[in-house]
Amino acid sequence: MTDYTIKDKVAIVGIGETRYYKAGQSPVSEFQLALEAIQKAVADAGLQVEDIDGFASYSDDRNDPVRLAAALGVPQIQFSNMHWGGGGGGVAGAVGNAAAAVVAGYAKHVVAFRALAQGQFGRFGQGHAGARVRGPMAYSMPYGLMSPAQMFAMRTQRFMYEHNISQEALCGIALASYKHAQQNPRAIMYGRPLTRESYYNSRWIVEPFHLFDCCLENDGAAAVILTTTERARDLKQKPVYLMAAAQGSGYRQWTAAHNDPDYATSNFKTLAPRLFGMAGITPKDVDVAQVYENFTGGVLMSLVEHGLCSAEEAEAFCTNGNLEWPNGGLPLNTSGGNLAEAYMHGLELVLEGVRQMRGTSTCQVKDAQVCLVAAGPMVAPVSDLLLRN
Amino acid sequence: MSVEHVTTVSYLPEGMPLPAPMPDGLDAPFWEGTKQHKLLVQRCKTCGSFQFGPEWICHKCRSGELSWVESSGRGKVYAFERVWHPVHKALKERGPYLIVLVELPDAGNVRMVGNLLGDPQQDVKIGDSVEVVWEDHTDVTLVQWQRI
Ligand SMILES: [Zn+2]
Repeated sequence: MTDYTIKDKVAIVGIGETRYYKAGQSPVSEFQLALEAIQKAVADAGLQVEDIDGFASYSDDRNDPVRLAAALGVPQIQFSNMHWGGGGGGVAGAVGNAAAAVVAGYAKHVVAFRALAQGQFGRFGQGHAGARVRGPMAYSMPYGLMSPAQMFAMRTQRFMYEHNISQEALCGIALASYKHAQQNPRAIMYGRPLTRESYYNSRWIVEPFHLFDCCLENDGAAAVILTTTERARDLKQKPVYLMAAAQGSGYRQWTAAHNDPDYATSNFKTLAPRLFGMAGITPKDVDVAQVYENFTGGVLMSLVEHGLCSAEEAEAFCTNGNLEWPNGGLPLNTSGGNLAEAYMHGLELVLEGVRQMRGTSTCQVKDAQVCLVAAGPMVAPVSDLLLRN
Repeated sequence: MSVEHVTTVSYLPEGMPLPAPMPDGLDAPFWEGTKQHKLLVQRCKTCGSFQFGPEWICHKCRSGELSWVESSGRGKVYAFERVWHPVHKALKERGPYLIVLVELPDAGNVRMVGNLLGDPQQDVKIGDSVEVVWEDHTDVTLVQWQRI
């Protein structure tokens, strides 16, 4: 059956990102940011722009591959793909789709990218401005349930209730991200450490989320380039191989008005077994993890649903520095991630996974061989990658 | 229902988006029901399954023969949240408010979102018993909840 997977057939060979800006502060357009990140990834790989023949993104990225290809002077597009679904559910999905295209022979060098300058368009966190709302949102929006934080706090509250988990677990996740950002000069929160006291003193956004449980909003762009394992060997960087990729969603997830039969979930329950099965490893083999944080509650559930700890162990697993580099049992979001590096809609987590496997992270986990990238939590579909060096 | 609870005082300020039926008619019976102070949930005529939000077919047996049945409007808090940060302009001066996700045991445990009326700082527990309160607006009625 291994013949029918992408395992070990594809490598990430180049990564690129722009400078990360505070929201609304990019001096250039979102499209320019996309162009810059892609060109940097090409240069990092030791390729030429002319080698790029495929594009993949997610969450309705506005930067159309046809316009990108025209602007870049790419000779031909052989693959272009958008992963359905909102939020960060498509981060690993876009990379997985790019990998599938490479393995299928549709294209040779596919770029997965994301560019964001929300201020030039509209922000994610703002409520619906219309006077009337129809469809599934009509069952929640009139009651003031309209933002991502509000949608996900409800699930998190239920998960914490079912498993008797306290605020400490969420605090521990936020502290790890901020600690790692202090090592990373790219990070928006570099030089701005977070203490347990300032976490608890920060305002509530929606219980159980304090301000520091919520992702940042930033301007910037990031890109990665994938090609076959054979081609990767001749390129500039040490290849980072895909052991597995998975995307999807469980039974009736995101049914209208929060009617998902299994409600208190990050939606990874059906993916994680497929992911580890494809890779032929177990969760114990994961040395470092990059887990998408729209909100810390989703990270908590993701860790459990990937088998990195049980729900009963989750609070202990997330506290006492266990998620912190260099001494914790599982260093998490070692660049600072969406909470403290920058919100590149999670694609920065893939870049950090690649750095960990290359051995070039600013919080380099010693002898790290396997990195999990989990993207989405609590949305549908969600997606996963397992990277190795 | 023994006593019908109705309010014309909106829990959230004026200016919040109000519901309107879907143009394809799928949920028109639900919103017509709330106007008449009836809490209607879809039920499959073939296999008896309940579902909410409405759909064109039954998720269990895929029958297209669906009816609308009335719930007593008594439920239990399945999850809740206290919102502090306003994301809509109408909520800027509102202060915290409570949203509950209510499970309806007499309708296959389907869930509905609403506000929990009363003090927004009140202590809420998952499992608390609540009943429906009809919040009447000019041409539409919202489904709200209060403790029993
Ligand atoms: Zn049926």
